[in-house]
Amino acid sequence: MMEFVRALGSQPFLQYAFAAGLLASLGCGVMGTFVVVRRIAFLAGGIAHAVLGGMGLALYLGVSPLGGALVAAVAAALIIGIVSLRAREHEDTLIGAIWAVGMALGVVFISQTPGYNSELMSYLFGNILMVTSGDLLLMAVLDLFLLITVGLFFRQLQAVTFDEEFSRLRGLPADLLYLFLLVLAALTVVLLIRVVGLILVIALLTLPAAVAGQWTGSLGRMMGVASILGAVFTTGGLALSYGPDLPAGATIILLAGSVFIVSTIFKSRRIRGRRS
Amino acid sequence: MKPVEISKLHFSYGGLPVLEDVNLEVGEGEFLGLVGPNGGGKSTLLKLVLGLLAPDSGKLRVFGENPKKSRRRIGYVPQFSEFRRDFPISVHDVVLMGRLSGRMRPGPYSAADRRAAVTAMKGSRVLDLKDRRLAELSGGQLQRVLIARALATNPDMLLLDEPTASIDSSIEESIFELLRDLNKRMTIMLVSHDVGFISRYVTRVACLNRGLVCHSTSELSAKGLEDIYGSPVQLIDHHSHLPTEAPE
Repeated sequence: MMEFVRALGSQPFLQYAFAAGLLASLGCGVMGTFVVVRRIAFLAGGIAHAVLGGMGLALYLGVSPLGGALVAAVAAALIIGIVSLRAREHEDTLIGAIWAVGMALGVVFISQTPGYNSELMSYLFGNILMVTSGDLLLMAVLDLFLLITVGLFFRQLQAVTFDEEFSRLRGLPADLLYLFLLVLAALTVVLLIRVVGLILVIALLTLPAAVAGQWTGSLGRMMGVASILGAVFTTGGLALSYGPDLPAGATIILLAGSVFIVSTIFKSRRIRGRRS
Repeated sequence: MKPVEISKLHFSYGGLPVLEDVNLEVGEGEFLGLVGPNGGGKSTLLKLVLGLLAPDSGKLRVFGENPKKSRRRIGYVPQFSEFRRDFPISVHDVVLMGRLSGRMRPGPYSAADRRAAVTAMKGSRVLDLKDRRLAELSGGQLQRVLIARALATNPDMLLLDEPTASIDSSIEESIFELLRDLNKRMTIMLVSHDVGFISRYVTRVACLNRGLVCHSTSELSAKGLEDIYGSPVQLIDHHSHLPTEAPE
């Protein structure tokens, strides 16, 4: 651990990784809270995996993979969202299809791009140690956008998440707000991909918020606590992985998962204790 | 302008007729109880009045307008048995939702919104629960909170869907007392499964089983109910037979 702290002082790539973790935790705290309370984790997982299609295509065309990820994520969110509004009963089938077809497209495109096959692993599982200053800038812009829009329309987003029918009756554009929420979740997925990769994104999006939800009583506080937990998990995972040279993304998720299990056990004990 | 005017209304769902030739008028200041068997179309009729569904044919006017236009004048209290109780939100924040409007104004609630929410919470006697989490409320308390949220919209009519399903009977009675008070200020239309009990509080009962037959409370008879339910029904006033339970 001391080794990590010393290296953090001298190694720019580690400083970048540290900053990336902090930037990611803001997004995962704010949007992860919505994903957890609105129970759309499966949907967010579908978006995350479909992103590989966009990244593969971008690589094939020789443009920025993260740009491709952004386009694919927003497109997947809108397709899933619009279909689920029109025909809710087909939602999970559609998510499953987009999930797998997106990945298949990505694999095909990457296989046809000479010399890029090694990148596949870093998309799937993240490579926080390879974060560039350009990535950090994009992450900061995405965070800023998330915080401003959620801050401005917090009341409306809270209302549609809590009781869609009532919001509609009050005249709120409930469908539009739902699609907007999905697009914000899609942007967050892209924000997190650099850190843990698209397969593990769903854990970083849900676990900090789920732990926070066990101990807080309002959406705002849940977002705050989830962001702090996200920062603890990314930084802690990075530090734990550094010495033994473990994959950072996977270590971050294992740390988050362990804390979630411990928190769940404590929470259920406390409830049982109160009852007896 | 009558709060609700319905004539020759038909509605079907997936080819199955749910409502057939329904005629109903609700006058200003009325307290209408809508009863009938499960699947008889009670909740569907409420959703039509709210403009959440559109009729296949017939006339439906709410405060003289298309239901979609007039829905902002209605305070809706949904079936709370379907409610997500584990949502991290306080009573105060739930009631404040009644102050939202389609204008999508950014930023926090205004001071006027907060005052209106406090008045609404006083009106349904939940002000002392203001800072409680939703998950900590009993069924009866949650029901009062949902009524407060509807009151915060400053409605001309309250619409309630099974407000006392799965609440125990002494609390049910206190909810109806509250509604009777509110009825002095606004029209109320409520759906209930409990025929005998609501007749003590409402000004008129309408029985719905695809078609609609209306009674005033005094006419509510076993014979009329038999026509609607299709089998003999006993009118039982639960509350004069049961020992009163301790209030909440």
